This record gives sequence, structure tokens and C-alpha cells, in this order.
Amino acid sequence: MIALSDYLILGAILFGLSVAGIFLNRKNVIILLMSIELMLLAVNTNFVAFAYFLGDTAGQVFVFFILTVAAAESAIGLAILIVLFRNRHTINVDDLNSMKG
Amino acid sequence: MTFEKFVFYVFALILVYAAVRVITVRNPVHAVLHLVLAFFSCAAIWLLLEAEFLAITLVLVYVGAVMVLFLFVVMMLDINVAPLREGFIRYLPVGAAVAALMIFEMFLVVGARYFGTQAVPVPPGHGPDYSNTRELGSVLYTDYVYPFEIAAVILLVAIIAAIALTMRRRPQTKYQNPSQQVIVRRDERVRLVRMDAEKKG
Repeated sequence: MIALSDYLILGAILFGLSVAGIFLNRKNVIILLMSIELMLLAVNTNFVAFAYFLGDTAGQVFVFFILTVAAAESAIGLAILIVLFRNRHTINVDDLNSMKG
Repeated sequence: MTFEKFVFYVFALILVYAAVRVITVRNPVHAVLHLVLAFFSCAAIWLLLEAEFLAITLVLVYVGAVMVLFLFVVMMLDINVAPLREGFIRYLPVGAAVAALMIFEMFLVVGARYFGTQAVPVPPGHGPDYSNTRELGSVLYTDYVYPFEIAAVILLVAIIAAIALTMRRRPQTKYQNPSQQVIVRRDERVRLVRMDAEKKG
């Protein structure tokens, strides 16, 4: 039988890979957004696994809300990306220094 | 090895492979397509966990809507990939080290010692007449109805924000003003000119 730890380790590997993706592609905003999606997927997998093994539906409801918020987040992120590209003609993170941050 | 375990490992391997390709591939379009593959395999793993509604939602909403939006944006923007890739090799050792360290730490915490089959026994599973959608809906519309409404408002805000951000008014665009067209009178459009008839030469 598949233990809970198998699912949790799978989620941990996914989360670690997406953190590595943020490190590696720190200039490309699109890949950064995709890495965040992967992170949310890892977290959702953990939620679903706990919901199954503990017999509690609350975890699945939480995943439902995370999916909603993640969809809204990626829609707004991509809209910001489009406006950015229209104004600056680049999506390189290093060129986004107009606020001197 | 049972069939269930075989299915789990196959889809977990595909998922990890797709995630690695998402973060290492050069072309952003290929990255989006590998992310689609990752979502599909994760939906299969959620099916193993008897979360049928969420698995189908993941495929429908994520693969069907969000990933298509990603693909649309990636293909619409004319991106020069070469300057975005510089630093990839330079950050590869530190990125791989941090990721390996994080995975190792989480492995220590969530490993088989605390979350194995002895610590958390596998539930017996539901019968064939069990409906995950019915159970989820019955709690979603009763206990969680207030967060549900907030989620709807968040989606509405996202719609309005995305449209307001990307809509632009072009000053040189020609468009009609219907109210001005309706209230026009005859003498603003037609001018009668009285002139003598010309003689035939």
C-alpha cells in the first residue's frame, strides 16, 4: 500500500524543484510564475493526501480555495506581464529597476 | 508490488521529470507544455487519493484555462530568450544545493518514520456508491459558504483587474458615438444650395 509519506515526499520533491527553478530562472518572469504554480501544486498534493489519510474533507475544500486564488493570481500576474512588456519591451527582471528597489 | 503502487510510481516519475523540464528547458513554450504534463500526472495521483472532483477540476481549470492563458501570453510576447538565460549556469550549483538541502530536510520530517503505514494507517477506501463531488458540495455550501462567496468575489476582482490592466485606449482609433448620431438634425447634414442652371454650351 502507498503510505502517506510517499505522497509527502513527492510533494517535497516538487516543492524543492520549484525553489530550484526560481533560483535558476530568476530573470524570466514567465518561468518564475510557472515555478509558483508548481509550488502550489506540491502544497495541494500534500493537502489532498492528508485529507485522504485523515478522512477529513476540509483539506479538499482548502485545495479548492487554493485553486481559486491561484487562478486569480496567475491571471493578474500575466496581465501585469503583458502591460510590462508593452511598456518596457522586456520581461527581464534585471531591467525592472524604475522604482530603484 | 500492487497495481496501485505501480500506477503511483509511474505518475510520480512522470511528474518529477516534467517538473525538472519546466525549470530547465530553454524555450518557454516547451516549459508551459511540460507544466501541462505535470498537471495531468498530478491529477492522476489525486485520483489515487480519491479526490476525483479536484482531479477533474485541476485538468479542466488548470490545463484548460490557466495553462492556455500562459501559452497564449508566451506565444503573444516576442521574447528574446538569450539574455534571460544568462546566469543559468552560474546559479545552477547554488540552486541545486538549496533544492537538495530542502528536499533532504523535508525528507527527514515527512519520511516513513513519522508518516509511514505504521504511524498513519491507510484508510480502507470508500465503496462504489461513494460520491466525492456530493460530499465536497455538501460541506462547501453549508460549512464553507462564507469562504465560498469570498472566493467568488476574488475571482470577480481578478477579472476586473486583468481587464483594467490590459485594456488600452488608442487615441487615433475611430469609433462611433451613437448618442450624437441619434440627436442629429436635418440641417446639420444637408445643405441646399441654390444655383442657376448652366447653359448648354
